[in-house]
Amino acid sequence: MPGIMKLGSAAALLVFVGWTAAVRPAAAIPEAPTEASPGALVTKILYVGKRYPEPLPLSLLDKPLTDEGVQGARLAIKENNMTGRLVEQHFDLVEVIAKATEDVVPKVKAELAAGNRLIVADLEPSDLLAVADLPEAKGAVIFNVRSSSDELRQQDCRINLFHIMPNWAMRADAIAQYLSWKKWRRWFVVYGTTPGDKEYLAAIRRAAQKFGAKIVEERSYEFDAGSRRTDSGHQQIQSQMPLLTQGAPDYDVIFVSDAGEAFGDYLLFRTYEPRPVVGSQGLQAVAWHRSFEQYAGTQLQNRFEKQAKRFMTERDYTSWLGVRALGEAVTRTAKNAPEEINSYILSKDFEVAGFKGVGLTFRSWDHQMRQPILLTGPRTLVSISPQEGFLHQKFLTDTMGFDEPETTCRLNK
Amino acid sequence: MMRFTAAAAVAVAVVSADARPSRADTIFVSNEKDNTVTVIDSNTLKVVKTIETGARPRGMAFSPDFKELFICAGDDNRLDVVDTETLEITRTLESGPDPELLDVDPTGQRIYIANEDEGYVTVLERESGKVLAEIPVGVEPEGMAVSPDNKFTVATSEQTSMAHFIDNETFKVTANVLVDTRPRVAEFTRDGKLVWVSAEIGGTVAVIDPVTRKIVKKLAFEIAGVRKELIQPVGVRFTKDGKTAFVALGPANRVAVVDVPTYAVKSYILVGQRPWHMALSADGTKLYVANGLTNDMTIVDVATLKPEKTVAVGRLPWGIVVKP
Repeated sequence: MPGIMKLGSAAALLVFVGWTAAVRPAAAIPEAPTEASPGALVTKILYVGKRYPEPLPLSLLDKPLTDEGVQGARLAIKENNMTGRLVEQHFDLVEVIAKATEDVVPKVKAELAAGNRLIVADLEPSDLLAVADLPEAKGAVIFNVRSSSDELRQQDCRINLFHIMPNWAMRADAIAQYLSWKKWRRWFVVYGTTPGDKEYLAAIRRAAQKFGAKIVEERSYEFDAGSRRTDSGHQQIQSQMPLLTQGAPDYDVIFVSDAGEAFGDYLLFRTYEPRPVVGSQGLQAVAWHRSFEQYAGTQLQNRFEKQAKRFMTERDYTSWLGVRALGEAVTRTAKNAPEEINSYILSKDFEVAGFKGVGLTFRSWDHQMRQPILLTGPRTLVSISPQEGFLHQKFLTDTMGFDEPETTCRLNK
Repeated sequence: MMRFTAAAAVAVAVVSADARPSRADTIFVSNEKDNTVTVIDSNTLKVVKTIETGARPRGMAFSPDFKELFICAGDDNRLDVVDTETLEITRTLESGPDPELLDVDPTGQRIYIANEDEGYVTVLERESGKVLAEIPVGVEPEGMAVSPDNKFTVATSEQTSMAHFIDNETFKVTANVLVDTRPRVAEFTRDGKLVWVSAEIGGTVAVIDPVTRKIVKKLAFEIAGVRKELIQPVGVRFTKDGKTAFVALGPANRVAVVDVPTYAVKSYILVGQRPWHMALSADGTKLYVANGLTNDMTIVDVATLKPEKTVAVGRLPWGIVVKP
């Protein structure tokens, strides 16, 4: 009897093995490797962030996020490693995220001292510059994936600082080109009070001049329109927004500068005159949006959602792109010293694909990444700038933002 | 009356003596956005049937006997198998996630599929649909080409920018060749000695020697009046004699004509908007080009290199194949 038992279990085992072989044949698919193989070129990429107090999104459709940015960096590290394992390379993400009350700079200083000098920086301008100006950061490569500040590309530019996030001037120009194509050339500008609002306002003025539009009036909005949690707040907003927009000279669009997200969304459908809203809300100029699927964008959206269980935001995208750009440079050159990366990403050999249909490169004069800009409505993609007909002798994308002749950046600092 | 009839008969005779092949080919075009495949008779250029497929149909390939057509239905994670006589979907095969392009080996026993979302290649037994292997490659695999001698398969991965060489016996990746950014398609020359790999964003075609696994030539394209970044090579096809290659250039709205022995670009043929994939007629006299953004197909005469006609298909036409 025991003999039969044994035989029976052996047969069962055989059947089991046969069954699993049929269902999951050959080798199971390895995830991206998490550890380097011996002899691999190991590249550490430092992701630096801080839990800055951020305004809650006005719309309940947008959830407050605690992992914005870093999720994009994590996805790109996996992708770098899928490529890396084929060429004896490995990438590690070192995540340093300061609390709202902490100073992030000493934390980065310690990492720099430990030799982690390839940095994806999800930092506000003051922290970003403090990091870039550390003596330890000399020769480092720092990617700004957060701030749109024009000053960082102009008088505050740094030789060790590169910008993945589009700046305000690029965004305003992207919208201005579209408005010009539409022949909507009379703009009524409404702006808020935060520093970002003022910066975007300056970019809108600049774009109007650059593309021959007329700003018929500028008006500031200084009240708190109401928070996302106000029950029946709509009555107040419904009467406030017509008041705010009443009595302006004839205009085609409202160009809103509300980077602080205090009221911009409330302008839609509530203006005194029936006019579209563009700018920081309404028709927006962004690096990424969930409604975008062209140029294989679907693939990135899918991969991100599978990992993060939510939509990919613009900051997730720029963080992803920063880590990918570093991965691309290391894979192509088989070198990972910051000095080598710096010279390679500024050379004509470098380009990185970012699902925009063209290779993405850096401007030599201010280290801003050239990129097509998505123009999106709240629910769908409307267009992509540069628009047809806006020509440039080198890169069409240089029709947006600061071109070489107008740069005030001096990179020998 | 007599004379008139005779003249008419002559006219008919002249028409039927036209260069058109007497026996019609059947052209299949996958419409990514419509979830259909348009079937066109090559003689009449009329739509014979519109086959409803799984979601997001893109790559297509025939069995060597042309009896079965395999269609990648990306968003449904399967292959739809069409009986090419009845034009009905007779079965579906589990392809692994998000199949994009595929190739059938010359013996018709195996199907090699690029799983774009997951970064691997699935190998199926054609008859049973059994999964023989799942082979990890780079990020976003797309191009698939089984070598004519059935010894190995070339897969390209778009984000990794590599051509991966897979041993068909061991299912191991034996070499990774770095090419320019976003390689889309791998195509063997007619003599099987070289493989051409197009790089969409890089704007080039790398010609790789499978023996040395080295790039022997890199082709670039230049079109007066067309910006460099709009020149995005995707589909590659060789004429029957193997002497001429056609390379579809995407948003440049043109097909490049390349002299294969010298690698010289001879001319550019203006077609519809964003051509990606192409197919030759069975007799090799016509090139059919699927134009993604104009929702149509351009017919190019191979001898004169002139676009002759445009036929409407579905929305976002992607792949195109021809059955004799």
